[in-house]
Amino acid sequence: MSDLVQISGVSKHYGTKKVIFDNLNLSLESGKIIGLLGPNGSGKTTLIKLLSGLLSPAAGSILIDGKPVGHESKAVVSYLPERTYFNESLKVKSLVNMFKDFYADFDEARAYEMMGLLNIDANMTLKKLSKGNKEKVQLIMVMSRRAKLYLLDEPIAGVDPAARDYILNTILTNYDPCATILLSTHLIYDIEKILDEIIFIKNGEIVCHKPADELREERGMSIDEIFREVFRC
Amino acid sequence: MSWKFTGEAPIYIQIMDEIKLRIARGRLKAGDKVPSVRELAVMAGVNPNTMQKALSELEREGVLYSQRTSGRFVSDKMPSGVDVKNDVGKKYTKAYVDDMRLLGYSDETIVELLNQHIEEERENE
Repeated sequence: MSDLVQISGVSKHYGTKKVIFDNLNLSLESGKIIGLLGPNGSGKTTLIKLLSGLLSPAAGSILIDGKPVGHESKAVVSYLPERTYFNESLKVKSLVNMFKDFYADFDEARAYEMMGLLNIDANMTLKKLSKGNKEKVQLIMVMSRRAKLYLLDEPIAGVDPAARDYILNTILTNYDPCATILLSTHLIYDIEKILDEIIFIKNGEIVCHKPADELREERGMSIDEIFREVFRC
Repeated sequence: MSWKFTGEAPIYIQIMDEIKLRIARGRLKAGDKVPSVRELAVMAGVNPNTMQKALSELEREGVLYSQRTSGRFVSDKMPSGVDVKNDVGKKYTKAYVDDMRLLGYSDETIVELLNQHIEEERENE
């Protein structure tokens, strides 16, 4: 089986001094929920931005579903950025319409269903929503696409624990078994039981990429505990 | 009953134990249909692939069996060598004895304390 994501020999630096990645190699299979875990400044967001096409590598190649990152790959990638980028004066339902126009794979019914369950009023303008609810809307938009690769940059950071559980459930219920979700987080404890694979990233290097259960078995610890040990300051 | 997972053991093994426990307690009976992988994964809040692995392992052990079109069921006859109740009981006993030993109790005292506890409970009934 060919890999969904193939990163080979990728280098990326900001300016001349700050090297983020030097000869990074990584491949991701279809049908997995993968946790991208690392301390602040380790390169998680940069990696996600490279995959979404917001940044381009200085060297090396990135293939998604066999295609180089570009408009073709963007059609199969659904990206949740760290920060919201929506126009705050839009109503939630206008946002839905916009997504429907933009993405052929957007499932409107699914979006409204999730909003109903999370008590979000589609007639509200975005600026009137709380920070947590804005995040929920954004995640709903992203998860309502039938994409092959979901890139979620800190998807649950700003929401309360009850909504967090619901969101994890949303991810589990809605994701297509052939799609892959790559999510970065530092809330490992909350999320580790839904992960198939773990990627530990440190100073732009992949220090570990393994099935979550294998890692747990090897070390006799939870991923959260392993993380604390690997990245002890 | 909600599904709780602890850190150390692989999650698929914890799921297997939980299902065996449910069988031992009679919450799942021989011939009962087991929900689909997807439903169970959502119920337990785990990755569907992990649930799939746990169920396949239980099938391999003979605790569950699957019928091609209608789903997975709890076996009528547990295969020889698999005694669900006994397995769980042994595990509890081992955990108890291990913890007590760590506290520095001798094996004799552990047995004594157990008997004492059971007697006290009987008297209180």
